[in-house]
Amino acid sequence: MEPLRIDARRLLCPMPVIRLQDALEPLPVGSVVEITATDPGVQNDIPAWCRINGQRLDGIEQRGNEYIITVTKLCDD
Amino acid sequence: MTRKAVALISGGLDSLLAAKVVQDQGVHVEGINFFTGFCVEGHTHAIRKKDKDKPKRNNALWVAEQLGIKLHIVDIVEEYKDVVINPKHGYGANLNPCLDCKIFMVQQAHQWIRDKGFDFIITGEVIGQRPMSQRKETLPVVARESGADDLLLRPLCAKNLPPTLPEREGWVDRDRLHDFSGRSRKPQMALARQYGFEDYAQPAGGCCFLTDENYSIKLQDLWTHRGEKRYELDDIMLLKVGRHLRPDGQPWKLIIAREEGETRFLSGYKGQFQSLRTLSHGGPLALIDGPTLNDEQIREAAAIVARYGQGKTAPEVELEYSPPAGEARRVRVPPKAPHDIPQSWYLV
Repeated sequence: MEPLRIDARRLLCPMPVIRLQDALEPLPVGSVVEITATDPGVQNDIPAWCRINGQRLDGIEQRGNEYIITVTKLCDD
Repeated sequence: MTRKAVALISGGLDSLLAAKVVQDQGVHVEGINFFTGFCVEGHTHAIRKKDKDKPKRNNALWVAEQLGIKLHIVDIVEEYKDVVINPKHGYGANLNPCLDCKIFMVQQAHQWIRDKGFDFIITGEVIGQRPMSQRKETLPVVARESGADDLLLRPLCAKNLPPTLPEREGWVDRDRLHDFSGRSRKPQMALARQYGFEDYAQPAGGCCFLTDENYSIKLQDLWTHRGEKRYELDDIMLLKVGRHLRPDGQPWKLIIAREEGETRFLSGYKGQFQSLRTLSHGGPLALIDGPTLNDEQIREAAAIVARYGQGKTAPEVELEYSPPAGEARRVRVPPKAPHDIPQSWYLV
């Protein structure tokens, strides 16, 4: 299944985290979201958010100034 | 039956402790954090290169992780505008509507617990801790006007207040709550030690830019020159960045990057604003906020921007003026001398 892609470029933390959280909320467990952001803070904040809320961080890839982060939904709110 | 509470988590010590005190009594606690757009948290660190070495952790997330609780971050940027623009209880020393803000956040949390089937709300408020919103007279106002009434528990000062529903019903043991009051932070620091919390955030000016005098001056200037009290998220983000200069009586102002990180951040706004960039020397990017400038104004703006670049002592500096859409053009100007830029132009 193709991941849901979210563009959070130019947004400052915590906005990318909020975009990720709100995108995952209506999705069924097992869904994958890929978020692209430019604020380096996402490297800390999104993994922390995943740990706290029981979701799985699949990976963080840096391409130039952009961070592409993949998250799988493991549980409902 | 395990009772469920939502704790307002700012990222500071008080909300951390308040949530912990209730969690320790076997209540299921989750956190809620509101993003207003004015949060000090993270932004300037993300923008300014000089702060790169500092850890960029989000304190609300850090607090939630310390407590092992879920954290729900809620974007209230749009709804919050009315709080900032029309505060029923007025502003504090700057443009901080602290009492209206607290009422609004508790009201939002109250709606949230109704939607999610939670039992009550926890805040880290302490009587006398803050001059505007956390006074003996205002704590009942927050409970009443938010609609939360006695579903609002302040574990750090509960013993100084009438018992709330969670206490009366025995969901929490009032004897194990606290009676903190006043501005001293010592009781909180002692409790933090007792729980083994270290490295918690202690922001000197609170967690909101609206309590900052310089920020409030810039926001007031924005409203004055727009002729109305309104803002968008981009406006309030840009007020956190760069050196803001408004030449006397002009309807436009300059936002001049102070370092590389700010230049990079401001360049993301070139499609929305007129901008100036120095070509002949190293120099900052500047955005122009206001109506489209005429030739004379472009030269004036360019001369100011040139003063902040490496060509500031050169007889002439070349800059590129770019409108948000359309063709860029070059302009050559002598940089202004420092004494040609009166202190009154700086919005600080």
